[in-house]
Amino acid sequence: MRRYFGRKLLVYGLTFFVAVTINWMVPRFMPGDPVSSMVARTGASNPAAAETMRVYYTGLFGLDQPIWQQYFNFWATLFQGDFGISIWAFPTPVSEIILGAVPYTLALMIPAILLSWVVGNWFGAYAARRKALDNAVLPIGYILTAMPYMWLAVLLAWGLGVVAGLFPVAGGYSFSTRPNWSWDFFLDLLHHWTLPFASLFLAALGGWAIGMRNMIIYELESDYSNYLSALGAPQRLIRRYAFRNAVLPQITGLALQLGVLVAGALVTEIVFSYPGLGSLILKAIQNQDFFLLQGTFLFIVLGVLIANFIIDIVYVVVDPRTRAGMAGAQA
Amino acid sequence: MSLRVSDLKVYYKTLKGQVKALDGVSFEVGDREILGLAGESGCGKTTLGKSLIRMDGRMRHIGGTVELDGEEMPIGDDRRMNAFRFHEVSLIPQYSMSALNPTRKIGKMVAELLHSRGVALDAGKLRGRLDAVGLPHEVLDRYPIELSGGMKQRVVMVVSTLLDPSLLIADEITSALDVSTQKAVAGALAAFRDDGLVKSMIFVTHDLSLTYQIADTIMVMYAGKLAEKAPAKEIVEAPRHPYTRLLINSLPEVGVRYADRKLTGIAGSPPSLLNPPKGCRFRDRCPLAFAQCEQEPPVVEVAPNHSVACWKA
Repeated sequence: MRRYFGRKLLVYGLTFFVAVTINWMVPRFMPGDPVSSMVARTGASNPAAAETMRVYYTGLFGLDQPIWQQYFNFWATLFQGDFGISIWAFPTPVSEIILGAVPYTLALMIPAILLSWVVGNWFGAYAARRKALDNAVLPIGYILTAMPYMWLAVLLAWGLGVVAGLFPVAGGYSFSTRPNWSWDFFLDLLHHWTLPFASLFLAALGGWAIGMRNMIIYELESDYSNYLSALGAPQRLIRRYAFRNAVLPQITGLALQLGVLVAGALVTEIVFSYPGLGSLILKAIQNQDFFLLQGTFLFIVLGVLIANFIIDIVYVVVDPRTRAGMAGAQA
Repeated sequence: MSLRVSDLKVYYKTLKGQVKALDGVSFEVGDREILGLAGESGCGKTTLGKSLIRMDGRMRHIGGTVELDGEEMPIGDDRRMNAFRFHEVSLIPQYSMSALNPTRKIGKMVAELLHSRGVALDAGKLRGRLDAVGLPHEVLDRYPIELSGGMKQRVVMVVSTLLDPSLLIADEITSALDVSTQKAVAGALAAFRDDGLVKSMIFVTHDLSLTYQIADTIMVMYAGKLAEKAPAKEIVEAPRHPYTRLLINSLPEVGVRYADRKLTGIAGSPPSLLNPPKGCRFRDRCPLAFAQCEQEPPVVEVAPNHSVACWKA
């Protein structure tokens, strides 16, 4: 057990190192210079003043140092919990901006992913081998999966937001209110949350339902199901066993989904102008904000790794065969 | 008489038409009798075994009846058949290695299975049965993956016979085992009968020599029909049907060197059962075939308990 998790942790550590290094490199490969655009934004017409500002900012962000020095500085500050200062929202620290956006993204993605997973699995399992339902679930599932989620988002925003006027189509909360701990504000949040959530939920639902349906049919055809049927076990018991075994690959799928948690919401957040991490990434790229981009990517990497680690643990709990694997056996 | 099968016809429904896998088979199995069911692949022996407990989705009960202990079994009716399964008829399947749910501990699975059939688990009886096949009680706390193939096989044997069924069908259960384990499994099956756990047994196999060791009677099938049925000794020592003879001749004999004589198989392969030929189905491969074989030979009792379906027998 300890060796298993030790090995896992080592792999996660290596992955973290490589991923963060790449995250540091990617913005620096982008064409353009963030400091000059920053200076241009201030509208300083005097060349001498502009030059002074350029030197000041370059020194402030440490961009005057050799590239390898910048890399080591990056790791050093990272371990002090310092993500740097945002260029786009200067002089707000990156960590503050990200912490403001993370709750929105998590509140959107976690319920969407988990609920679509639970409902999709349940529905797919229920529909498998039940003719009339199956004939309905399969095509609807295919349509939902084939539908690009941002297109679904646009459809919902247009249909339920613009035409029917039931839901707001932009923002995390009404522009007329300020975030506060009141019941009204919470309802307002929920109101704005519904459409982005629904679009993500629906787009993911079909895939889970189809996957589960196919897995259940496979399991119901397996030898242990046949044996139980031959001994006259009721369908209820056989289906329960089948579900339990069919859900294992679905858990792996869930881990992958949780991994793309933030990236998945990117376009949805843009469609609904939702103030989450996805919108931040877009702004960071548009403004060549190295530090903000690094910071958000770091969050994504951490999210992927934590999600995968949790799934590893869940797997050990639900599948006895993994436990055999830990003793060194080959699956 | 424990089991009485009369003119049983079971066809497979396929896109090309009906495959007549079991085409009018009649036989009986007496109390405390082990019937060995032999024949090459595709002769209908597995279809017969399945028909007696649970048909798969493509099988259709076309005609004939099956009586177990004087009661007719509704073999074509999946729902009504449930009352008989496990209690009256049980199965040790071909796929014992994968017959147990991989994510349930064996003891828990057995408890859940019994509970679902409305039977209280008798822990003492279960342990006794494990002892009888030489399994430690700890297997109940293990997952199937933690057992060897032979152990899984024995677990399945114990589970299948737990409710003391009247008829036990053992379908090719030794195919995946090595020779010494085969012998042990065959011995355990004979012990089930001797100890009265099961009243009668059908032992399906393509291995005539193993059948000979445990069966009282051997029935040889060919292309969905009965070819010959006789007491085990008689069928091995004095076979009447040309197919049985060829089948037995193709087995190596102990103590005989095959330097000068090559072991021969039976030339050709069984006919397609989609549109089986009229008359004797073995005609095309039979060295003795003559004009009369164009007509189907009836099953005739040529000696006490010895039935053959051949004009030349």
